[in-house]
Amino acid sequence: MSEFMKVVDGVELPLDEDGFLQEPEMWSEAVAVAFAGDEGVEEMTDEHWKVVNYLREYYLKNKIAPMVRRLCKETGFNVKKIYELFPSGPAKGACKLAGLPKPTGCV
Amino acid sequence: MAEDPTPTREELSRVEYAPPAKTWMDTGVDIPNRRGNWCYASDAKHPEYLGQPNAHDWAPQNEDWNLPENWQRIILDGMKERLEKYRSFRLFMDICVRCGACADKCHFYLGTGDPKNMPVLRAELLRSVYKRYFTKAGRMFGKLAGARDLTIDVLKEWYYYFYQCTECRRCSVFCPYGIDTADVTMIGRELLNLVGINIGWIMEPAANCYRTGNHLGVRPNTFKDNLDFAAEDLEDITGVHVDVPIDRKGAEVLVVVPSADYFANPHYFTFLGYLALFHEIGLDYTFSPFATEGGNFGLFLSHDMMKRLNAKIYFEARRLGVKWILGAECGHMWRVLHQYMDTMNGPADFLETPKSPVTGTVFTNAKATSTVHITEFTADLIRHDKLDLDKSRNDHLKVTFHDSCNPARAVGLLDEPRYIMKKVLNNFIEMPENTIREQTFCCGGGSGLGSDENMEARMRGGLPRANAVKYVKDEYGVNTLACICAIDKAVLPPLIDYWVGGVEVAGIHEFVGNALMMKGQNERLTDLRNEPIPHLQKREAEEEVKSDA
Repeated sequence: MSEFMKVVDGVELPLDEDGFLQEPEMWSEAVAVAFAGDEGVEEMTDEHWKVVNYLREYYLKNKIAPMVRRLCKETGFNVKKIYELFPSGPAKGACKLAGLPKPTGCV
Repeated sequence: MAEDPTPTREELSRVEYAPPAKTWMDTGVDIPNRRGNWCYASDAKHPEYLGQPNAHDWAPQNEDWNLPENWQRIILDGMKERLEKYRSFRLFMDICVRCGACADKCHFYLGTGDPKNMPVLRAELLRSVYKRYFTKAGRMFGKLAGARDLTIDVLKEWYYYFYQCTECRRCSVFCPYGIDTADVTMIGRELLNLVGINIGWIMEPAANCYRTGNHLGVRPNTFKDNLDFAAEDLEDITGVHVDVPIDRKGAEVLVVVPSADYFANPHYFTFLGYLALFHEIGLDYTFSPFATEGGNFGLFLSHDMMKRLNAKIYFEARRLGVKWILGAECGHMWRVLHQYMDTMNGPADFLETPKSPVTGTVFTNAKATSTVHITEFTADLIRHDKLDLDKSRNDHLKVTFHDSCNPARAVGLLDEPRYIMKKVLNNFIEMPENTIREQTFCCGGGSGLGSDENMEARMRGGLPRANAVKYVKDEYGVNTLACICAIDKAVLPPLIDYWVGGVEVAGIHEFVGNALMMKGQNERLTDLRNEPIPHLQKREAEEEVKSDA
């Protein structure tokens, strides 16, 4: 149903209405960079990549985002730091950049 | 992609209560211009997965909703079927005398000033169609008798207003006839779903839940992984090694929690609290790898979906051979369990009347469902002096309590949470009495409306609750808002940040876990959030200075 698209490196990426990738397997580092500006991330630093790469790796294994607490523990960043890196938060910011679907339910 | 359309606090606090000049029957809703107040449609793949009728792609802002050709017939047949099936529905359609007692009790009316958010008028959107097609007076006299044709504009109003009611039932407390407006909203949503009109924030969790047992879509291996991680984390904080049993046949108790408890903040700290408590009292329990969700977004869609998603709880209780079920800090789960589970998924004659293995208390109130709420269970432990508690570990918190709608109004859990808090912390302050207990104000994001694209509606609907929080913050320095519902824990933080600021949201078992003295514990200088407990750290520092001298 995608009326929303983002073109990255000449590839059309279908998005949902919140701007999340419809197909997480279409993700690439260029996608993260392309999403960054929309989520208030001015420049992708090593710290940003640490979070994004961890989310990506965990997602490929578990088909779901990690617990917020696990993300903090594995990256060594507390929640406040995650919000500093990704102003729209771990779910809407970091997960979106990593090409994960938006977590749903009572979250 | 929508930009965040949420207006500023100043703009939102100017609520216009003057009704429009035209009558309610002639005023439709301009959906494209009300962005921020409605939720996105579901991608058709979710209702298709759930086998829902007429699943199709559509968008609220579009003129054409791609409805099936005979959509009116489908809705009217559906209405007829439900009038015959649910006596309550027919009663609520017939009985209202429009006294208006409910009008200003709805948080959405208070926050929007939109007359169609008065519960009486929201119900009238459905009632007018009922009158037109199912009553003699309506058929003969039409508008004069309050009857309306079922047009596309009426259907659009249903979508807009039935997804701007959180089924919190505050209005029902004040209705002299006891009309349950949440029931009316539920039927309204069921009818919309018959023609494929439903929202993504409900359908995706429901589909996930049907597939994996929980709204997030956490699979059993990941669930186990999360439990193990939490156990390690708890050991890091307390120094106590805790086993977390899963899929253990023959355990006495099955514990069911909302999935957000093992995923999101601040829910997770409450989850650590449960684990610490169960370990300390030596509870013979197990988690199920499939009944991994207390919540039930089916409740927000249709009776049938609620029943299907809830079936796993008894199924797993039987498979695991437990004696009874302990349900955690989950909100609408308790409306489903308390009000429907016995007749919907029961009888659970393979279970026993719950009995606390620690105190011997028999929970006869839970005889029908064999399911006990965790605040009842913990309050009983404390009442019998079975827990060693150090209240001062919560001295950095000044706490007020938001009664979550469903545990309060659907189950009557009003005193147990308060009893626990008074025993595990020193600073408890109530919000004004017309905003708590049976009269509690909704968080603004319940019943599947906790999405982001409707943030304006959430902030408006949550205004009365936020206002009461602001009062106790300004008057008494409250810094923590407690609640016993996972939706609350998700949607109250942005609400409070928007209107109030400087107040954290927490669950009751987080306080219990903070205060709990555990055998073999380390020097506890941090709380379950791993944040330093200021006065304990200060005391420790002073003692060090003393011993150095």
